[in-house]
Parts: sequence; structure tokens; C-alpha cells
Amino acid sequence: MFPVAAKPDGVLPGFRLGLGYTLTYLALLVLIPLGGMILMTGKLSWGELWAIASGERAMASYRVTFGASLLAAMVNAVFGLVVAWVLVRYPFPGKRFVDALVDLPFALPTAVAGITLATLYAENGWIGQHLASVGIKVAFTPLGIVVALIFVTLPFVVRTLQPVIEDIEAEVEEAAASLGASRWQTFTRVLLPGLLPAWLTGFTLAFSRAIGEFGSVIFIAGNMPLVSEITPLLIISKLEQYDILGATTLAVVMLVISFVLLLTINLLQWWAANRHAGGGDDVPAEALAPGALVGGRP
Amino acid sequence: MTVRRATAEPVWVRRLLTGLALGFLALFLVVPLVAVFREAFAHGAEAYWAALAEGEAQHAMLLTVTIAAFALPFNIAFGIAAAWVIAKFEFRGKSLLTTLIDLPFAVSPVVAGLMFILLFGAQGYFGQWLAANDIRIIFALPGMMLATLFVTFPFVARELIPLMQAQGRDEEEAAVSLGASGWQMFFRVTLPNIKWGLMYGVILANARAMGEFGAVSVVSGHIRGETNTLPLHVEILYNEYNQIGAFASASVLALLGLVTLVAKTVVEWRMRKETEMLGAELPPEKTDLRPSFSTEQP
Repeated sequence: MFPVAAKPDGVLPGFRLGLGYTLTYLALLVLIPLGGMILMTGKLSWGELWAIASGERAMASYRVTFGASLLAAMVNAVFGLVVAWVLVRYPFPGKRFVDALVDLPFALPTAVAGITLATLYAENGWIGQHLASVGIKVAFTPLGIVVALIFVTLPFVVRTLQPVIEDIEAEVEEAAASLGASRWQTFTRVLLPGLLPAWLTGFTLAFSRAIGEFGSVIFIAGNMPLVSEITPLLIISKLEQYDILGATTLAVVMLVISFVLLLTINLLQWWAANRHAGGGDDVPAEALAPGALVGGRP
Repeated sequence: MTVRRATAEPVWVRRLLTGLALGFLALFLVVPLVAVFREAFAHGAEAYWAALAEGEAQHAMLLTVTIAAFALPFNIAFGIAAAWVIAKFEFRGKSLLTTLIDLPFAVSPVVAGLMFILLFGAQGYFGQWLAANDIRIIFALPGMMLATLFVTFPFVARELIPLMQAQGRDEEEAAVSLGASGWQMFFRVTLPNIKWGLMYGVILANARAMGEFGAVSVVSGHIRGETNTLPLHVEILYNEYNQIGAFASASVLALLGLVTLVAKTVVEWRMRKETEMLGAELPPEKTDLRPSFSTEQP
């Protein structure tokens, strides 16, 4: 934990101004709106809340949202590991270009991704026509949602794994190899456990982004109630029918799930940091503080 | 015959993994990117330019730029203030504050839009008062700006916090003890030190501000030629089966995404160079204090 000081230490100015501004801005833009939304559900009794949150259409939308998000995050976990490994370990022409391209889903507006994927995977689209000839329909089915979510969350696993793979020290692999481990054994028994916290963090980040995603999904989903309607879209359709309390209830359900995922991510990162600190020789905690990363000055 | 090192994979494994990684990225990133421009130019350059020159498209572009230009200064000011306080001072509740700053990333854009409707919409907390005073926030520009501020909230701060923590307090303390005023210290010491990190955060925030769909869509009311940003314009045209128009506007956004990627890569490259220079000034044994992968092996 950090040392607690009631008063700022040292000679640097700007603590009160900075903190005051930060807290005011945070309160006005984030905390008050969030609080207002949660308070709004107070207009309903627990029974009414439960009835809305567990309605048939709502339950179906959770299944679609979480099922598709889970699948997309799993696909990205597998391919993200391969992409990160290849980008760190293997030389190939155009590598820097490919590395930069991985961030495309963060830079491309989601609506653009949505209409493009819907066009590509439609039955007469570039990709859709080939899939249609073997009897697979992607656009306007739940599978389309998975495709859109794979695109949107693609960078997370790659970007969380890359620095950790870069940090693997050659001695670890050399020791394993010299003790007679095959390459596969070295990878699964020695390297993979070390990558696990970052891998899970990337997976959770991707999953958490996927469940809230809207723009890229609605174009390709077909948006059939009970079949391919995601929860964010159900919130909007309730809002458009002036069912404010219904929309708010579902939004709070999503909010609670997002908070749980945020907490999970923080715990995973804490785990990752402590794995490094723990084990064998006791590394002093200060050496692992972020301040030590660059320059190592006191 | 070549001898394979024990810590490297067989050639066929390398080729297979590289092929898998590149194939996955080609299918999910390159094909959609090419498709945007192909669809936009499907009926030739003339139709493309005509679609972009049309009044509503022009208005949508202007609105998108206006909203981003409004949101960025707020993000910069907040990012610097929050990072200054968190990176340079110790105080109670610091880790909670850091988590709260990340909160908007965990909230679904649709939920973000809904929050502002609950505050300022007709049935919201301030709805009646706003109506009585003839102030429009929802379904008008102020609401769209608020939604954009919310979704871009963490970008600058989360780039600057680790950077400023890594840089420590020494340089600023030296400036202050040599008689610099707070603003002199900020403009001559802090700002030059963080300029690339700041730029990086601004690039990401700008891409999100210009490309945001879900949150802005909820509060915009979709009034044609009035509250349509470029991503919302894309949606309307696409839903009207105006394929050329939708993809022409989408291609402008895709171009923005590509410019974002290039700018981001250049800034990353500059940051790495400066970190390396910083590392070179230090004695060798002090440069690598990073948590080493090997310490965690039992």
C-alpha cells in the first residue's frame, strides 16, 4: 500500500488546485450522472426491478450479449497469443507495419466497422458468399455479433501479452532446455504460467469491452428480439418507447457487471505484480514501483 | 544441415504460427479496411466526391470536428491535473481515484448516453427546469458534447500518470528550489518532459471523440442536418440503402483512423527514443530494474 499523508509532502506546488479540479470534473461528469442513474431505480420496488431485469426479452439479450462476448474473447485469447508471440519472436518482412495495424480497431470508428463487416459477411458479400456456399450464415445472425466483437476487441490480448513476452529472459528457456525439456514442455510448463496473469487480463479486458459494445454490432446483428438482440440495443428500444425506468434498470444491471469486471481486472493486475515480487529471492517492493521502470532514480 | 537452437521452435512451427497470425490479421483487419474504400469507390470517383460534397455530409463533418475541438481542451486540462496530483503526491484514496478515472472505459456507451438523458432529458432530474428556461441539452449539441467528454474522459490521464510517475519529482523540485514559480516550472520543466505522452493521449482521445457512435447516438435525437455527426450520418445513409453515400463518409472516418495509427506509431517511436536516451545516461547496472521474469520461478 502507499504511505498515507494527510498533507502533500515536498515543495511542489499545485496539489490543491490539481486535486480540486480533478475531483470537481470527475464528480460532474462521472460520479453525479452515475449516481443519478442508480438513484433513479429507487422509484421501483425490488420486485418490480427484478421483474424487469429478469423479463424474457432481457434474459434473452443477456444470453446473446454474454455468449457472443465470451466466444469473441476466447477466439481473441487464442489468436492474440499467437499474434503476440509471432510479433515478438519471429522476424518477417513488414513486421513494424503489421504491429501498428493491430491497433486499427481502436482507431477505426465502430460504425465504420459495423457497416463494413455487415457488407462483407452478407450473403452476397466478399466473405459471406463463400460461407453461404457451405451453408454458414453470418450476417444478421448471432454469429455476426461474434464476428463484430472479434474485430472490436482484437488488440486487447495482443497488447497485454506483448510486453510480457518481450520481458521473458533467455536464461529461463535455456535452463529448461538444458534440463531436457522439449520446446513444447518449455512453453506449456515454464513460459505459459508466466504469461497467465497478462493473458487473463487481456481476455477480461476484451470481454468487458465486448459486452458494452454497440456501434459495430447493430449493423450486422439483425437485431431480432429474443434471437440476436444485445442488451445495449434493448436499453435503447425501451428508451424509444419512453420506458425510462425499464431502460435504467437494464443499464444498472450492465453497470454492476462492468464494475465486477473492472474489479477482476484490477485483481488480475495486482496478482501479476505480486507474482513478480514473490517467489524465491525477495525483491524489495521499491524496485518494482513504476518509478523504477525508467531511469531507476530514487 | 542447419542445427536448431534448443530455445527456438522448429522451422515448420514458426512458419505455421506466422501464417496463422498473419492470416487472422488479414481476415479481420486488412480485408475490412480495403472493403471500406472499395465500397466507397464502387461507382467511381465522381459518385464518391458527390456523396461527400452533399450538404448533410458537410454539416456532419463540421459537427464532428466541432465536438472534438470542444472535448480535447477539457481532456488535456483534466489529464494533466489528475496526473500531476496522482504522480507527484501521496494522499489518502489515491488508488481509488485512479480506479475512478478508468471508470468511463468500463461503462457501455449506451449506458453513458442514458445517464445524461436521466439528468437532462424531459423526464430527467433537471428536465422540467430546463424546459421552463428553454435550455436544450438532450437532442442538441450540449448533450452530444457531454457524452463525448464522458467517453474520452480517461485517455490523456491514463497516458500521463505512468509517465509522470516514472519521471519522479527531482526535476520539478530542482526548478522550484531554484526559484521558479509554479507556472514557470510547469511550462519549462513538466510540459517538455511529458509532451509526447500528452500528444499520445490526445491522438487517442481525438480518434474516440470523432468516431464515437453509441453514446452520442443516444443523446443526439438523430435530427438530420442538425445533430448528426459523421458516424451517425453513416448510419442513416446505410439504413436508407445509400451504400455509396454511407461508405464515402465511412472512408473519411477510416482515413482518420489510419492517420491516427500513423501519428500514434510516430509518437511511440519518439517516446522510445527518449526513454533510451534517458537510459543511456545512467550507469549500466541501474538501467534494468524491471521486474525480471526469472525471479518468479521457484
